[in-house]
Amino acid sequence: MSNTMEAVASAARADAPPAIMLDKVNKWYGAMHVLRDVSLNVALGERLVVCGPSGSGKSTLIRCINRLETHQEGSIKVDGIELSDDLRALDAIRREVGMVFQSFNLFPHLTILENCTLAPIWVRHMPKAEAEALAMQYLERVKIPEQAKKYPGQLSGGQQQRVAIARALCMKPKIMLFDEPTSALDPEMIKEVLEVMVSLAETGMTMVCVTHEMGFARQVADRVVFMDRGEIVEQGPPGEIFENPRTDRLKLFLSQILRGH
Amino acid sequence: MSQTSIDPRSLRAPPKRPIKLSWSDERVRGIFWQVVVVGIVVSMVWWLWSNTVHNLEVRRIATGFGFLGREAGLPIAESLIDYNPTNSYLRALMVGLLNTLKVAVVGIILATVFGTLIGIARLSKNWVLRTLSATYVEVIRDLPLLLQLLFWYAILQGLPGPRQALHPAEGVFLSNRGLKLPWIQWEGAHSLALVAFLLGLVATIMYRRQALAKQIADGVPRAVWPVALVCLVALPLAAWAALGAPFTPDIPALRGFNFQGGLTLSPEYFALLAGLVMYTAGFIAEIVRAGIQAVPNGQREAAQALGLRPGAVLRLVVLPQALRVIVPPMTSQYLNITKNSSLAVAIGYQDIVSIANTTLNQTGQAIEGIAIIMLVYLTISLSISGFMNWYNARIALVER
Amino acid sequence: MSDAAIPTPARPAPITLVGPIAWVRNNLFSGWISGLISLVLLFLIVKWALGFIEWGVINAVWSVPNNQTQACRDLRGTGACWAVITEKHRFILFGTYPYEEQWRAFLSILIFSGLFIVSAMRSFWRKELALVWIGALTAIGVLMWGGVLGLNYVPQERWGGLVITLILATFGLAFAFPLSILVALGRRSRLPAIKALCVIYVELIRGVPLISLLFMASVMFPLFLPEGMNIDKLLRAQIAIILFAGAYLAEVVRGGLQTLPRGQYEAADALGLSYWKKTGFIVLPQALRLVIPPLVNTFIGFFKDTSLVLIIGIFDLLTAGKTAIIEPAWQGFGIEVYLTVGFIYFCFCFAMSRYSQNLEAELNRHRVR
Repeated sequence: MSNTMEAVASAARADAPPAIMLDKVNKWYGAMHVLRDVSLNVALGERLVVCGPSGSGKSTLIRCINRLETHQEGSIKVDGIELSDDLRALDAIRREVGMVFQSFNLFPHLTILENCTLAPIWVRHMPKAEAEALAMQYLERVKIPEQAKKYPGQLSGGQQQRVAIARALCMKPKIMLFDEPTSALDPEMIKEVLEVMVSLAETGMTMVCVTHEMGFARQVADRVVFMDRGEIVEQGPPGEIFENPRTDRLKLFLSQILRGH
Repeated sequence: MSQTSIDPRSLRAPPKRPIKLSWSDERVRGIFWQVVVVGIVVSMVWWLWSNTVHNLEVRRIATGFGFLGREAGLPIAESLIDYNPTNSYLRALMVGLLNTLKVAVVGIILATVFGTLIGIARLSKNWVLRTLSATYVEVIRDLPLLLQLLFWYAILQGLPGPRQALHPAEGVFLSNRGLKLPWIQWEGAHSLALVAFLLGLVATIMYRRQALAKQIADGVPRAVWPVALVCLVALPLAAWAALGAPFTPDIPALRGFNFQGGLTLSPEYFALLAGLVMYTAGFIAEIVRAGIQAVPNGQREAAQALGLRPGAVLRLVVLPQALRVIVPPMTSQYLNITKNSSLAVAIGYQDIVSIANTTLNQTGQAIEGIAIIMLVYLTISLSISGFMNWYNARIALVER
Repeated sequence: MSDAAIPTPARPAPITLVGPIAWVRNNLFSGWISGLISLVLLFLIVKWALGFIEWGVINAVWSVPNNQTQACRDLRGTGACWAVITEKHRFILFGTYPYEEQWRAFLSILIFSGLFIVSAMRSFWRKELALVWIGALTAIGVLMWGGVLGLNYVPQERWGGLVITLILATFGLAFAFPLSILVALGRRSRLPAIKALCVIYVELIRGVPLISLLFMASVMFPLFLPEGMNIDKLLRAQIAIILFAGAYLAEVVRGGLQTLPRGQYEAADALGLSYWKKTGFIVLPQALRLVIPPLVNTFIGFFKDTSLVLIIGIFDLLTAGKTAIIEPAWQGFGIEVYLTVGFIYFCFCFAMSRYSQNLEAELNRHRVR
């Protein structure tokens, strides 16, 4: 994808209301202050990568976006809907936001196909035949239609994670959240999952990815957010963040990441 | 190689390995050890058997099940079917079996409800509830069941007589004669209403299954509650009203030295039931807790993230996985209740063991008496474990 | 992003999230239903606790002169009659063992407890432990029977109380455990006849209640033996308990054998070990270690189940307690006696269940690493 095309695309998106708006979000686990005044807007169609050392609050941040965790101060709006205790708002948001977990969390008692059709049938009230056709379409996109009748326990980690992506996509979400989708995988499996994510990014899906895969960030991210100790330290286009880190904290983090690879 | 020709190698049967009559042949050793072990067991059984036959002759003890047809002459305090001491031993044993089933079935239902509630309470966010239920489970499981039965029975016997009975609510009396509960005078209309309710229940369940199947097919959600309301409430009410809506409360009342009317739980039945339920609930609570905890939190989160409502998360994701862990040990607890109900003999509730024991004391036919007890329990146990094996095989997780 | 180089200091959480107030809010009053439950339960606990203290301590009678239980009867259930324990505690603990020899029974109880404690410690899990068991059980036999070393002979009919409970449970374990290992191995054997025998034994025993086995021991065993040969009631009950415990323990051991990875068996075969060497050096040491927590739980189960010998009239702890209140003077004080007997059972079982929980946690920790 060329740089000019991306610039045009992001200019077009600038007028649309942001898909996700976080305003001075604070969260504590017991006495531990894990999110500190985090403010962040994600535009429709934007691909955002969140990185940072472990324990920096990045997973907590994206889990707050679909309210798997509750924040205690500040406000979060997804698709214009404010997150609160209101269950109807929560239902609406969960329908629009798909999530992929680090540990896949496929349902071991259901087949691959059943994993994918569960939510379309029971949440979207889609007829089974239609849901199955949809599921097969997405399974083809993640390149494992032939495994549809198997159970998660019979698949490799990379295959399971691709199923998890297909399962989330079957709900036709407007926004996809990825919580370290590749950190539980072997290197050759990381590649197959990243390929799926890149192709998804090319369709214009709004994506928020917590990941350490710098190559992926460079290739698809519109913006990289660096978090440390519960706050956003730096953000900008991937080139800028990786080539010219301004803060010592980011420099330290990047040097550790690069040494690790 | 062409497609039609057959590979000649595939026609070859595996060679039969000749058994070498030598100690170094594995199969010879296997047969030798089996012959030795079976020989020892068979000769021991034969020795015991021949002793027994000899002893029976010497002591002039009759054998065989002929005594079953004789008049039992043993009084039985509570019975689900008509019985009097002039009936045969066979009928007395039937009464005992029904009494066993009466305590076991009611016990299983109550222990499941009570145990599940405690198991869930152990996972509660509420500290008092959590600690209290944990204490309950720990204490109840560390005391012998027989001790608990004797304790409850002692408490019931220590209660005042009918004239000073505890009277916690209108029509409820607790005395050393047992527990008295208000009931209604049972008439045909009630039986009909009950039948209508049961039919309604079956209809509701079938309708719900159909509704869910239709929803799966065309996506349109269908409300089940109107049908449930009609089948479970309106239908039984209509059946009851059609026969004139009879309603005569049967409230126990003190007449002279004892109560009349109402529903009676004898002290023996009540102590046995309370002891069994409280004891087994402690074990069931642990099973339920372990089952719920066995479903990783990620499963719940993933289901939530897909937008499933709490009820659907439970029904579609959590329960199917938790039941896999819960059902096998739960079955063996049900089996335990049934087997433990035999402790009835210690507090004088006349279950199958108690009556078989009296029978063998009266007739002197110990072997037949014990054989009957064992046969009854083995039948129950083997059928339940057979079911369990089938169920386990059906729900086993497929993994690579 | 001007001052991003300096980390934002952590702000203390609002008072509603941490500290005792937050604890109370999260654990007692997280919603109005939860709050209501807390209040009702706390009220009931306090009320019952006060009621129990009033009954068991304040209004209680601790001793009465010469079996004159009138003072107790006058309480009319408003206070406990602990006098029954003061009067009967030796009977409950030692049965009818001769009064001046009861120190021997007491010493036996101490040896039993010591044996349990030693067996629970991991540093003693060696082959020598078997010798310790043989030594301790012999010592108990000598102490209880006497007749040697200047001890007076005490016939077995005079034994009773807690000692009998401990004898039934401990000797039961000592014999049932080796039996269960053989049966578990037999059930996994490739030899069909041996496998069938073991399956029949386990399923038969587990399918019937212990009571029916005890009845069998008390009324059928005498018929099994040749004329003139007789074994006493306690031994017959002990055999029934061993057969019973053996079947249940065998299933636990089999569980351990099954969880052992196949690779272990294959590696042992590859080394050319014979069946018994493979079993003794590779399989059992690992499998038994895995199943110690469930083994302890099973042991707790049949420690409690020894109380069923009451039904065939053997004088164990529970029978002693029940017999203590048969005397007319002491009739009606069952609750006090059963609470006391229950407390003794609870001490043993609670210690074992805590031990097995800790052990399980420890084993799990090792497995995770």
